[in-house]
Amino acid sequence: MIGLGSYLLLSGIIFAIGIAGVVTSRNALKILLSLELLLAASNLSFVAFSRFNGDYTGQLIVFFVILVAAAEVAIGLAIIVLMYRHFSTIQADELKDLKW
Amino acid sequence: MVTPLLAWTTLFAPLAACILITLFFLRSKNLSSLIAIAGIMTSLACCIGMFPQVIHGYNTVDFQQSTTWLTVPGLIIPFGVWINPLSIMMLLIVTGVGSAIFIYSRGYMAEDPSMPRFFAFLSLFAFSMIGIVVANNLIQLFIFWELVGLSSYLLIGFWYQKPSAADAGVKAFVVNRLADFGFLCGILLLWSVSDIGHGRSFVFTDLMPVIAHLDPAILTAVGLLIFCGVVGKSAQVPLHVWLADAMEGPTPVSALIHAATMVAAGVYLLARTFFIFEPSATALSVIAYIGGITALMAATLAIAENDIKRILAYSTLSQLGYMVMALGLAGPMQGMYHLTTHAFFKALLFLAAGSVIYALHHEQNIWKMQGLLKQMPVTGITFLIGTLALCGIFPLSGFWSKDEILALASAHNPLLYWIGTFTSSLTAFYMGRLFWTAFWGKPNAHNGHGAHESPAVMTIPLIVLAILSAIGGFLNIPHFLFPKEAAEPLNISVALISSAAAVLGLSISYVIYSKRPSADPLEAKLGAFYCVLKDKYYFDIVYGWYVDHLQQGFARLLAWLEETFIVRFGVHGVTAVAKASGDIIRHLQTGVVQFYALVFALGAAVLFLAAIKL
Repeated sequence: MIGLGSYLLLSGIIFAIGIAGVVTSRNALKILLSLELLLAASNLSFVAFSRFNGDYTGQLIVFFVILVAAAEVAIGLAIIVLMYRHFSTIQADELKDLKW
Repeated sequence: MVTPLLAWTTLFAPLAACILITLFFLRSKNLSSLIAIAGIMTSLACCIGMFPQVIHGYNTVDFQQSTTWLTVPGLIIPFGVWINPLSIMMLLIVTGVGSAIFIYSRGYMAEDPSMPRFFAFLSLFAFSMIGIVVANNLIQLFIFWELVGLSSYLLIGFWYQKPSAADAGVKAFVVNRLADFGFLCGILLLWSVSDIGHGRSFVFTDLMPVIAHLDPAILTAVGLLIFCGVVGKSAQVPLHVWLADAMEGPTPVSALIHAATMVAAGVYLLARTFFIFEPSATALSVIAYIGGITALMAATLAIAENDIKRILAYSTLSQLGYMVMALGLAGPMQGMYHLTTHAFFKALLFLAAGSVIYALHHEQNIWKMQGLLKQMPVTGITFLIGTLALCGIFPLSGFWSKDEILALASAHNPLLYWIGTFTSSLTAFYMGRLFWTAFWGKPNAHNGHGAHESPAVMTIPLIVLAILSAIGGFLNIPHFLFPKEAAEPLNISVALISSAAAVLGLSISYVIYSKRPSADPLEAKLGAFYCVLKDKYYFDIVYGWYVDHLQQGFARLLAWLEETFIVRFGVHGVTAVAKASGDIIRHLQTGVVQFYALVFALGAAVLFLAAIKL
């Protein structure tokens, strides 16, 4: 029997991987992918809670999150394309103009 | 009973003119001057309308009406008018002489591009001066007193492009501020002690019954402090230094403000608030001696002066000294009488001098004038009438009023009497010197391409003022001012002695100057004393030294303290702390987006941990 704890553990692991990906990646595409992992992890927790509490609110929120994530990916990718055109690179650490 | 409408219109007509000119007619010379003249003439008409009402209303001569202006808990400042014979007399002088001078200015200032500004200032002055005259309480009077100071400053510095005029304006303003500080202290001191059970008040008629209950020592202090204001405004020693410099302003201004009305405001104030001074013999004798010293000192200064307007300015100082002396000898009637006649003949002398200056294209040095009587007969003859009136020659107006003062002095204080008599011969001497030098003899090349008589708009006011100067002694002014006092018969011996002194002064000046030497022979005759006179008894030099060394030194010390402690450690200290902390903290802004994400994640983790712990 797989309980709620297992789902949450898996969700936590995926989230941690996502954070690690966001913090360590230099490639903007990788950062974007890692962000998707974060969202997926939170979605997993939502549906797990929904399933085990018998409450559909969690599933409802997941639909919203998927919707927003789709939009976010669209905009994110567009930004990365523009970034490549403008700076000829998609390495995030090379864009340091906004420091002191 | 005085009609209230007349009283209030008198006050506000010139203000309305000033506002109209400032708002709508600053571009139009013609309209602005006409509006200003209409404003002052309206006031004059109202005064003439009130005059019979005051003179016939024997029982209710005083008219007072006021409204509350400011209310602070424990303090009510009213705004009102108080018309009595004294103020109606002064109003007639201000608006009457004012009207003549406004009309004259239309001619005198015709070529000046800033003429509308001039008339706006002049109307503002008229409003402020009328405000002083009608004010029914000390605070209102003080505010108008300051307004008069302001308009005087504006008009002295009217030709502000000229550095000397701008400086003279500032000098007049600063000297008057100094004096007015004393005046304000006096008002507040009187107010603070004026509570004898009915609450405190600034209103003259409320103060009158209070005075008798006050401590004489405090009254003396109050009197002397209020007299401070008079010393400044009426240019008495030792604050007389501004008046001669004030001649930098346009000549009509010198005539109206610095001869006939504003400088007389001090004397008027003394007369209006005489009930404060009356019980204090100490204050009165200080006032009398200051007046006597001013009269004598200014007369001697006039002897060594070569600028026609400055001679008249010193003569004004000297005559103001007489008036203040009369007040100090407990004779407000005599002082106001002389004020009235002096307003006529001194305004006349200044306007005639202005006519000369106008004809000679702004030449003011009397040694560059000669034989003007032949070239400018109207100006010359009216100037002669003014001179004789000022010298106190029978039967012109100056004779009667000066004689009243000298008779008063001879009865109370022989020393001041002899000072006064000697001063009157000095007066005759320096006026003779001016007249023989500038007007007597044949016109010559000094006058350039020949002076011409001024236009009618300038000569008609001269003629009107000359008539007033001539007959002013027969108008029964003292009786009008103080109907309850019995008229004193003419003191024959005083009259003879003062006339002899005046004739002596005129004769000596005739002997010296009628041959028209090309330079002043007095310079050689008086020797070292002439230098003292040229340096004006060193007042300006001492004041200059005081300001330059003591006051500036103290200011520099304060500036250093401020620079060191407040600026360096205070102001700059705060900025240095902010800057240093900024320098440290801004290193967190790496610009690397992953770093921000890390900080964000760690922050979230910390918050999460804190949330589950608590």
